[in-house]
Amino acid sequence: MNKMINWIDARFPLTFFIKHELTDYPTPRNLSYWWGFGFLAGFVLVIQIVTGIFLAMHYKPDSNLAFDSIQHIMREVNYGWLIRYLHSTGASAFFAVIYTHMARTLYYGSYRRPRELLWWTGQGLLLLLMATAFMGYLLPWGQMSYWGAQVITSLFKATPVYGDEIVTWLRGGFTVDDPTLTRFFALHYLFPFIIFGAVVIHLVALHTVRSSNPSGINLADKDNIPFHPYFTIKDLFGLGIFMIVYLLIVFFKPDLFIEAANNIPANPMQTPAHIVPEWYFLPFYAILRSVPDLAGGVVAMGISVMIFAAMPYLDRSRITGGARYRPVYRAMFYIFLIDIFVLGYVGAHPPSGTLKMVGEICTTIYFLTFLLLPLISRWEEKFVLARGLPPAVEAMARKEIAEAEGNA
Amino acid sequence: MTENIIDENDGADLSRRDFLGTVTAGGAAAGVAAACVPFVSSMNPSSDVLAKATTEIDISGIAPGEEKTFPWQGKPVFVVHRTPDEIKAMESAQGGKDPEADAKRVQKPEWLVVIGICTHLGCVPNKTATGWLCPCHGSVYDNSGRIISGPAPRNLDLPPYHFVSENKILIGKA
Repeated sequence: MNKMINWIDARFPLTFFIKHELTDYPTPRNLSYWWGFGFLAGFVLVIQIVTGIFLAMHYKPDSNLAFDSIQHIMREVNYGWLIRYLHSTGASAFFAVIYTHMARTLYYGSYRRPRELLWWTGQGLLLLLMATAFMGYLLPWGQMSYWGAQVITSLFKATPVYGDEIVTWLRGGFTVDDPTLTRFFALHYLFPFIIFGAVVIHLVALHTVRSSNPSGINLADKDNIPFHPYFTIKDLFGLGIFMIVYLLIVFFKPDLFIEAANNIPANPMQTPAHIVPEWYFLPFYAILRSVPDLAGGVVAMGISVMIFAAMPYLDRSRITGGARYRPVYRAMFYIFLIDIFVLGYVGAHPPSGTLKMVGEICTTIYFLTFLLLPLISRWEEKFVLARGLPPAVEAMARKEIAEAEGNA
Repeated sequence: MTENIIDENDGADLSRRDFLGTVTAGGAAAGVAAACVPFVSSMNPSSDVLAKATTEIDISGIAPGEEKTFPWQGKPVFVVHRTPDEIKAMESAQGGKDPEADAKRVQKPEWLVVIGICTHLGCVPNKTATGWLCPCHGSVYDNSGRIISGPAPRNLDLPPYHFVSENKILIGKA
């Protein structure tokens, strides 16, 4: 065994790689379970790729066959029901895990210098995930699938001058139809592998800047412990909890995230009385609906997803540790969180008088949270420094401020 | 011989070398762009999709006050047999944010023919007594297919069509 490993090590840095990235990889000893969601996201990605490949062996990407081939998978394919429900529930699990992962980054300020690139590769991964989920949702060819794709492809009408041409090009026809289904299937199969590659880039960036930690201060060497076995075991425990929740839904409430209308085959002549996107798109959908103008709504929705990338610049406070030592930022974080849930509720219901107004107010709050952050964070910095901080945090903040002023 | 190698830039026109480099890189970029054309173009509607250009429909079975939906190029087309009251109401109104005279939207006042796709985000509106209501984002249209309220930017589009006979319409060709 040793002889074989030596043979490989002379030709490929196997032992070095395992030591450097796993057994010796220094990890802050104070990481909480909130730091386990990146690992969970990677695990769900593997679940989705594996179940997806096996589903593709039985699925037919043809508008005349697609709906029935899902029924075939559910009824006749051995364990087809299990593989399909793992995949459909896995999509929701993926977003739940990713949104928690993002919330942790926002709460603890993990996007701050020097982790901007790590945060931006994550933002790219979110966009890829959204595109993949959207295209996958068309494949069952039910009414919700069809009209979701119809509405979302129509968003590209907002493109100046070439709007209609681009929509026709995306669909391969004048409406969503067989060509659309087939190309969405091809791309839905491709994208997860692009995501996989992007995850490797995300991890390379992570291992360059190392994990942030809840205290916000840079830990001394003695406060770092090897990733393996301490965090492999912590991540695996988190995985156990995650799998209990995930499999409870797969086995006992598998249609929780499947709209009833999607059990009716796609009908291009009849829009269902009430169409809703999947839960993970609801807040953004509510923002789209809250802006009365088509192009304005599309732009607002696009910005609402992309604005997270600007966080390293919008947050101008030099106090480390994220919300922990920053009472105003903490309040803003929770207001934003509640705002997103309210937007989600608005997005799930038909637009009526009161709800429409609630949606408009929440959309305003959503953007104000980001736009006011540069002013509030500077003011809060002065306030917090005057009030007093733990010595290590204060030293780091004062050092950063001095550096910034030295440069100016 | 050795002197030639050492003085490799001696007498050479460096701006000429830069120019050749730029032209080569530009040519390569143009080649890559040209190679993308067939792939991008393959995603546009194919010939058989484009071939479904016209549809002839029979409107004799539609009673006054009734609406029927016909597929044309995969899109729903609403044909409404309007009552005298509806015609009168529509002719006296101008619509909402996209004002247009009713006479410009029909060939015969009793027959309204519009494409049944909401101009907002492509849903199919549902018939109401006063026109249509889009279930997706609440756009309201009148019995001339004109936008009254909601996020839709334009009136319902009119397909090119003409009356072949008293009871037959050819959609797809004016």
